[in-house]
Amino acid sequence: MSLIAFENVVKKFNGFPVLDGLSFSMEKGEVMALVGPSGTGKSVTLKHLVRLLTPTSGRVVVDGVDVASCSDRELEKIRSRVGYLFQGGALLAWMTVAENVALPLRECTNLSQHEIDEKVAAALAAVELTAAAEKYPAEISGGMQKRAGLARAIVRESDIVLYDEPTSGLDPVTSVTINTLIRKLNRTLGITSLVVTHDLSGALAIADRILLIKNGKAVECSTPAEFVKSTNPDAREFLAAMKGETI
Amino acid sequence: MTVVREPLWDDAPRTKMQGVVRHLASFVSTLGFAAHLLTESVAFFPSVLCRRQSRAELVNQLYITGIRTLPVVTVVSLFTGMILALQVGLELRRFNQEIYLGAAVMISLIREMGPFSCGMCLAACVGSSIAAELGTMKVNDEVAALEIMSISPVRFLASPRILALVLMAPLLGFFCCVVGTMGGGIVGVTQLGVYFEQYMASALSVAETKDLFVGLLKSLMFGVIIGTVAVEEGFSTALGATGVGRSTQRSVIVSFLLILMFGYMITRVCYQ
Ligand SMILES: Nc1ncnc2c1ncn2[C@@H]1O[C@H](COP(=O)(O)OP(=O)(O)OP(=O)(O)O)[C@@H](O)[C@H]1O
Ligand SMILES: [Mg+2]
Repeated sequence: MSLIAFENVVKKFNGFPVLDGLSFSMEKGEVMALVGPSGTGKSVTLKHLVRLLTPTSGRVVVDGVDVASCSDRELEKIRSRVGYLFQGGALLAWMTVAENVALPLRECTNLSQHEIDEKVAAALAAVELTAAAEKYPAEISGGMQKRAGLARAIVRESDIVLYDEPTSGLDPVTSVTINTLIRKLNRTLGITSLVVTHDLSGALAIADRILLIKNGKAVECSTPAEFVKSTNPDAREFLAAMKGETI
Repeated sequence: MTVVREPLWDDAPRTKMQGVVRHLASFVSTLGFAAHLLTESVAFFPSVLCRRQSRAELVNQLYITGIRTLPVVTVVSLFTGMILALQVGLELRRFNQEIYLGAAVMISLIREMGPFSCGMCLAACVGSSIAAELGTMKVNDEVAALEIMSISPVRFLASPRILALVLMAPLLGFFCCVVGTMGGGIVGVTQLGVYFEQYMASALSVAETKDLFVGLLKSLMFGVIIGTVAVEEGFSTALGATGVGRSTQRSVIVSFLLILMFGYMITRVCYQ
């Protein structure tokens, strides 16, 4: 059975269907890249997985549990298994970067202060933010905020991590570091990862499968090798645009 | 309870009638949400007092609510007392009854104007800032992030703020009465030729325990109202910076209205 399944999910805002019959599934331990034009509902898709949004119709199933209709206790269980990097970072402004990263450990685990410090230091080192640990979110750049949010999403070593554009706004070198990190976490800890990205070369490098969403539907879902050879017109258009950008 | 809520409907209303019905329904749902927030915040008060980190946050909120508002509260209550004294004093002088000035000022302050002006200051200074802060956090997905990390935004954000208001509002209300009485005294001595001893004697002769308790009850009630409204508006914020502005404005307006209505009702219940 798949770990994550979207079954014909429709999500309307003010009568307009942003997701319009989206179906896909992910296996445990898989890395899936979610690509598509801006405003097609990629962030909306991620939010459905932890019931920040509920579908107008259709089902979102995580590990056999229907997220939209499960009890609060079951939802709590699912959420405790999920790390989430928000598109804007979503750091708390009155805490330093290190305190932000420590927050999920401090509030929801029984680890000692020493263990927490160690894990936080490791997570910050992984995203190359050790130097900014004592700074406040307002004092660091957008890309650094993104990486701090990433450190917070992975510090708990959850089963599932949802990354909303982990590399947007980063320089190419740091992007590669982050992509490598996502892949490494998946390889070493078996973290199932859903990565929303506009960085096609990164997606091709790290993903087991690539899912292209357009107009609220999944138009192509295949391995990177198949994806670049796809005959689907939407996929070709997307690839052509991406190649044009890199030339 | 989850704080991140979705709109009740995901399509536009088809008829005018349906629009009206939906407005009513969302009003009722907002009331329910506010009641739920308040009860859950109160249920978290012990945990706010017990956990070390939450205590630090509570102290910070107490400072913001009680100390940083002191200048405004002092000026507002001082002038409230002075205006009361001047208005009443000029009337009293026509009948040569200036000796009762202290009593008149004290009664209006302790029963009504002290808690009222303190409530207005808190709604404008503290309630608005809570609504804006939580609203910004809401639109930046910070509240959602807390929920996903299984950190209750009610315990983490709402409860310390409401508790700080509940603790500080009665103290500030009392402070308003004291400062207002002093302001009245200043006007009495300088403008109306009343002796200060005379003024104070008259004021203290009418200050009853019941009035004091009713005044404190009002302040407490206003603290609860301001906190609940601000937190509810903050957590209901949507649609970016415009939404934050709207929530801030609404929190102040709704608090003002509720303060007036509850002030009247408490007076009615306690003095009839
Ligand atoms: N809370 C909401 N209320 C109304 N409309 C919304 C809401 N959230 C998202 N939308 C709409 O859903 C659409 C998809 O938004 P979403 O944020 O998922 O885009 P995206 O695919 O992540 O784009 P990007 O790549 O730019 O981040 C947008 O058109 C947006 O207007
Ligand atoms: Mg997005």
